[in-house]
Amino acid sequence: MEKVEALSELKKNKTAMVGLILICFLLILALIGPWISPYNPLVPDPINRLKGPSWSHLFGTDSLGRDILSRVIYGSRISIIIGLIAVSISLVPGAILGLLSGFYGRRVDEPIMRLMDIMLAFPAILLAIFITAILGPSLLNTMIAVGIVYIPHYARIVRSSVLSLKEQLFVQAVRSLGGSNLRIIALHIFPNTIPPIIIYATLGMGTAVLQAAALGFLGLGAQPPTPEWGAMLSEGRQYIQNAPHVAAFPGVAIFMLVLGFNLFGDGLRDILDPSLR
Amino acid sequence: MANPLLEIQGLKTFFFTRKGIVKAVDGVDLSLNEGETLGLVGESGCGKTVTALSVMRLVPEPIGRIVEGSINFEGRDIVKMTESEMRKIRGNRISMVFQEPMTSLNPVFKAGFQIAEAIQLHQEVPAKEAWKRSIEMLRLVGIPSPESRVNEYPHQMSGGMRQRVMIAMALSCRPKLMIADEPTTALDVTIQAQILDLINRLKERVGSSILLITHNLGVVAEVAQYVGVMYAGHIMEYSDVNRLFKNPKHPYTIGLFQSIPRKRGPAHRERLQVIPGLVPDLLGLPIGCKFQDRCSQVFQKCKNEPPPFVEIEPGHQVRCWLYE
Amino acid sequence: MAKFISRRLFHLIFILIGVSILVFLMLRLIPGDPAHLLVGEFASPADVARIREKLGLDRSYPYQYYIYVKNLLKGDMGVSVRSNVPVSQEVFVRFLATVELSIVAMLISSFIGIMAGVISSVRKYSIFDYCSMVMALAGISMPIFWLGLMLMYLFSVKWGILPMMGRYTMGLDHHVIAGLVILDSLLSGDLQLFFNSLKHLILPAFTLATIPMAIIARMTRSSMLEVMSKDYIRTARAKGLSYGAVIFRHALKNAFLPIITVIGLNFGLLLGGAVLTETIFSWPGLGRYVVDSLSARDYPAVQGCILFFAVIMVVVNLAVDILYFYLDPRLRIDGKG
Repeated sequence: MEKVEALSELKKNKTAMVGLILICFLLILALIGPWISPYNPLVPDPINRLKGPSWSHLFGTDSLGRDILSRVIYGSRISIIIGLIAVSISLVPGAILGLLSGFYGRRVDEPIMRLMDIMLAFPAILLAIFITAILGPSLLNTMIAVGIVYIPHYARIVRSSVLSLKEQLFVQAVRSLGGSNLRIIALHIFPNTIPPIIIYATLGMGTAVLQAAALGFLGLGAQPPTPEWGAMLSEGRQYIQNAPHVAAFPGVAIFMLVLGFNLFGDGLRDILDPSLR
Repeated sequence: MANPLLEIQGLKTFFFTRKGIVKAVDGVDLSLNEGETLGLVGESGCGKTVTALSVMRLVPEPIGRIVEGSINFEGRDIVKMTESEMRKIRGNRISMVFQEPMTSLNPVFKAGFQIAEAIQLHQEVPAKEAWKRSIEMLRLVGIPSPESRVNEYPHQMSGGMRQRVMIAMALSCRPKLMIADEPTTALDVTIQAQILDLINRLKERVGSSILLITHNLGVVAEVAQYVGVMYAGHIMEYSDVNRLFKNPKHPYTIGLFQSIPRKRGPAHRERLQVIPGLVPDLLGLPIGCKFQDRCSQVFQKCKNEPPPFVEIEPGHQVRCWLYE
Repeated sequence: MAKFISRRLFHLIFILIGVSILVFLMLRLIPGDPAHLLVGEFASPADVARIREKLGLDRSYPYQYYIYVKNLLKGDMGVSVRSNVPVSQEVFVRFLATVELSIVAMLISSFIGIMAGVISSVRKYSIFDYCSMVMALAGISMPIFWLGLMLMYLFSVKWGILPMMGRYTMGLDHHVIAGLVILDSLLSGDLQLFFNSLKHLILPAFTLATIPMAIIARMTRSSMLEVMSKDYIRTARAKGLSYGAVIFRHALKNAFLPIITVIGLNFGLLLGGAVLTETIFSWPGLGRYVVDSLSARDYPAVQGCILFFAVIMVVVNLAVDILYFYLDPRLRIDGKG
């Protein structure tokens, strides 16, 4: 599909546009965060601890008196970066493995896919916990863990894309003109796998953010006082009875970011390849 | 002459799409008597399938609708019936065989079940009895060893066999009218002949009348007694099959006959005749006769007013200003 | 058919071996002496020496793996550092609690999800369709632990109509028959326990059901839409079948196949969700046990749990494959996997 055609289709698709707006909003928030947040997210203020939403603290304060709105704004940076890095870590090896697996068939495909199957035998979050247990709890390790966990998913997607492309006549045409395997893969097959990759990478950003937040919630991610949304929810859990706002707002933020990615990804899928539905 | 089994008068079925109103059937008159076979001929897009679907009241709903006209079947107007009354007729008094045997059977049910389902529904017999009858139906349509075939799934059968199953399903409740929409188009030529032959024989056996839809004049010659030629939602010519073939009047009908390649006779060895132009876009139909852009004998009146459907001799009707 | 099953079993065994190797390596990859990790911080040097001997920790890795597998096949997953009880025992008790939660969640999500999907597909573009698809999208976008906390706040704290945690109120007697409280209480006629445990089950089950429900609803809708446009549906209507028969007998049976595939593929989400849900609602299941064990550095327990989860996943996937094979006649007769 031509780029211009795709762009105009995109504008017409309402779900995609809403998603894009959400993502852009949070992106901008992440970028200008330090300039617009009313308070320093790390400075405690014990006198004002656990205050509900008010004019001075729109989202209220947490157990150390820190302003939740500011923490949420700073947290948006962290979550977006988590998403980007985790998806990159998944995509690169995943796509390479998928390309090799799909293209070379039998002897390469079998071992790679078996390895992927072994990884897929674990529920995602458990595998991530597993990896974090080895690497140690930290924000960076969370990103790495989530990244590694989803490698098989991207490998499979790229592989199935390659398998269907391989059958198409244009591959035989290039081969009959003397094209080498590398040329075929790099110039002909790979570019055609880009649309599904873009779609699933977008949706995957949402998943990565959710999983990383889950790890943060379990205490395996960013360590205090870093204002990571999942960790904030973990704190909020303790005070759910008398200060529900501590958990409510970070959760809404996660929800909005992931929703944005899902809406945009869905819209992309409708435009680029409805058959993937 | 006794009352016709099926009488369609002034039928108009339109599709209300985002791009405009498509007048798929725009004033069709047809009638069919008991024991007869009526062939409805025309190119793709002329409205013959929509006519059939209108009789079955299976026109896809919010987008399509019967806007005008009456379809009288056994004395009652189908257009005015409620959905539940219609359901008693479908598969029972009127049944339909579709064009694509490969996709028209449900892949997850056995052949026997799909036939028995109709029998159980309309004839209110217990399952065992319905099953027995479906085996009989398979035998009737010429499927060998029906007792084992009845337990098979569609994907285990060839196209010709699936079409036989469809016919068995359609005839299982001894309908008065069977509508066959291009029943042989998707099949191999050799199988085509077999299926047509089957339809002819069964017509006698079961006592049904047939409305046969096709774009193939050869099929019509084989099977039909009466023929209607359709174009852009209108019937252009109607007659009994012999007269139509010997003496076609409408320029479109004449064009259709002329474009059949011949193996011998004066037309053999000459350039293949075609009707110039394409079937018109149903969203942008011209005023006046719908055939004007392709007609070799078009004149001014054709472009101003649509010609009425007139009887030029008993039992032969034409829609053309050449014959007023 | 037999060929298919034997191929899949072979595949399953291969995966299980791979999984066991991975889990085996876990303990060796974590920084620290495996012997110490296995007996905990408060063990005596004698304990450390004993475990080193027992598991061959100073021998080669292949030998250690051999011992590991030998023990596994005997059902020995080591001893929990915290409770000194064999891990297999701890796992089994909590496994049943997770099963109870998961089954109920699966039932809720399947039933509501399929109904919503079918109605949405039949009434395409209606208000119901629009609302349910929006809700489904929201369902897969929200963090399950946040949803659980919010529901807990609403129902347990603010309105106080449902309990906040646990499987049933402490102090009530659980007469164990099948290990599933709901079932056991019904079977032994203990209605008080039955209603009590039911009330405890609602919030966590519903929370856990949210994501699968959303996925199932969306999948059902798109699958039904595809099936309803097929020729054989037109044939079914031409036979005079009622709309209900057409949808629920002819269409749904065909639409069901991709739905089952999706449910199977996403089973891992259910297990993963159980980990988080159980943590929030303090449900005494395997998910919470993993998390607690990890924070307590009870590595034998963590290892045993992860292995167990993986085995369940693999077995369930095989079951779904077989079920699919059984449901789709096109696969059966061909004999191809």
